[in-house]
Amino acid sequence: MATNSALMGFVHRRRRGAELFLLILALIVGIGAYAAVGLGIEGEVPTNLIGYGGWLTLLVVAAHVAVRLVAPYADPVLLPIVAALNGLGLAVIHRLDLAKETGLATQQLVWMTLGVILFVGTLVVLPDHRLLARFTYTSGLTAIGLLVLPMIPGLGTEINGAKIWISVAGFSFQPGEIAKVLLVITFAGYLVVHRDALALAGRRVVFIDLPRGRDLGPILMMWVVSLGILVLQRDLGSSLLFFGLFLVMLYVATERPGWLVVGGLLFFSGAAVAFRIFSHVQNRVDIWLDPFADPNGSGYQLVQALYGFAWGGLIGRGLGEGMPERVPYAESDFILAAIGEELGLTAVIAILLLYGLVVERALRAALISRDGFGKLVATGLGAVFALQIFVVIGGVTRLIPLTGLTTPFLSYGGSSLVANWVIIAILLRISDQARRPLPDLKESAEDPDEQATQIVKVVPS
Amino acid sequence: MSELTLFLVRIAFLAILWIFVLSAISVIRSDMFGARVPTPAAPGKQPRAAKPQAPRRGQPSHVAVVQGVNTGITADLAQAPVLIGRGNDAAIRLDDDYVSTRHARIVSSGGQWYVEDLGSTNGTYLGSQRLTQPVPVGLGSQIRIGKTIVELRK
Repeated sequence: MATNSALMGFVHRRRRGAELFLLILALIVGIGAYAAVGLGIEGEVPTNLIGYGGWLTLLVVAAHVAVRLVAPYADPVLLPIVAALNGLGLAVIHRLDLAKETGLATQQLVWMTLGVILFVGTLVVLPDHRLLARFTYTSGLTAIGLLVLPMIPGLGTEINGAKIWISVAGFSFQPGEIAKVLLVITFAGYLVVHRDALALAGRRVVFIDLPRGRDLGPILMMWVVSLGILVLQRDLGSSLLFFGLFLVMLYVATERPGWLVVGGLLFFSGAAVAFRIFSHVQNRVDIWLDPFADPNGSGYQLVQALYGFAWGGLIGRGLGEGMPERVPYAESDFILAAIGEELGLTAVIAILLLYGLVVERALRAALISRDGFGKLVATGLGAVFALQIFVVIGGVTRLIPLTGLTTPFLSYGGSSLVANWVIIAILLRISDQARRPLPDLKESAEDPDEQATQIVKVVPS
Repeated sequence: MSELTLFLVRIAFLAILWIFVLSAISVIRSDMFGARVPTPAAPGKQPRAAKPQAPRRGQPSHVAVVQGVNTGITADLAQAPVLIGRGNDAAIRLDDDYVSTRHARIVSSGGQWYVEDLGSTNGTYLGSQRLTQPVPVGLGSQIRIGKTIVELRK
């Protein structure tokens, strides 16, 4: 519990200076990668380096100033890490642009700007993460609404067999990414109220205490509806993500390891059923088991990615020196293959470590948070992040069958980038609340009349 | 652009990437160990508050179990913080099925005693109020832990 930190005379420092130092390093990573791409492909430093670097610096400084002003005690590592990942992702997308003559990097920079605006907006509008607990059911309904949107004819567009995009005014958007954040809030708000009932009331079946239907019912229904929609849309990656998220949050809220066993069994039976009835699942598994069975057809993407990793070796070919454009969708799902080819295993390990640090900081915020809702939201957001990275990177490196998801902050994809910036803003808000020193409760006078009036923050429910 | 230059650019970029990763880790490390203890004379505080507190009459000296299976057990408050629970390391060990291994503790801060729930399953109550944060307790306030009631005594 974090409350003891104040009692033991232990106060977290603000660490904004450390954050600024790391942000400068992150900017060097991002702008350096951009310059290295120019050197590698055109043999000279790109002419718009000043403009590009200036814009990136402006965004990062804006985010930093916002954190300084409205969340002074927030975690110092999260913002620099995501800034570095985003900068590196932009450079790699720019590199693929030069090879394929597309203009995705500019669009991604626009999305990043929007992401930072939303990041600052979230921090400003949300002075206390517990306000989100008020929107437990609202956000759940909104999430389901967003998930249904792509199925509306005329609004939804089908890209590569998955109906998960909507296009409005020329912009295509994946509402599932936003729904992810909203569902974490719903699960957390519901579980924090009902966790005692879920953990204690109920019958024991074999080795696990099954909770009563009326306790588990609403949340289970919400989860089944969202999962059902995703299965109908053939979005395997997101269904896996939501399933794992629900399981992790239930386990964390009830402290019953039995849930993991039940969830694991459900997952494997569900996967077996999906394997039987969906041909595209069978396809994916076949490609995973033997990508070289059809190296120029169905296995082409994965085979090219594996060749890329192998050719990159330990330190890579150098930015601009490889041929990452051979991998289809190298700028979105397979961006790690492009990085592995041009920067090698050294950079891939660094990126995995950075993702690990993001998850660690999220769980850290959950550990030191003083209220149950904050703990659950931080755990849920950390779990979403970790699961998404595992699913996509595991798929690209052929550890598990490939399911389409974006690599957070690196991949091209506006909705994912914007949603991830909001996730980081919520995590910073929770860690700011958790690390802020408690108001001094010392009684200063014997006479109660002399005591100063204290502002007590009421937990909204 | 010569091969060598490009090689150096590549090595330099990987070095920067790893310097960033390692600095992030070192910031986390210093964040763990480098927390500062609040100074007693914080700015803007009344000078009166900094005065050492004289031992007052009517200060509690021990905790006693007043109701439940283990009625009569006491623990000296001089050895604060006093841990209450079912575990062997607890200063007040309770044989109560509704008590967690490390259930709650009583700590002192600035001459005031606080009771703090340590994330117990069934909660710690002051009256009908379940504790969510450390709450000041005085002489005779009844702290309910499972089926047991403890209080501070002189």
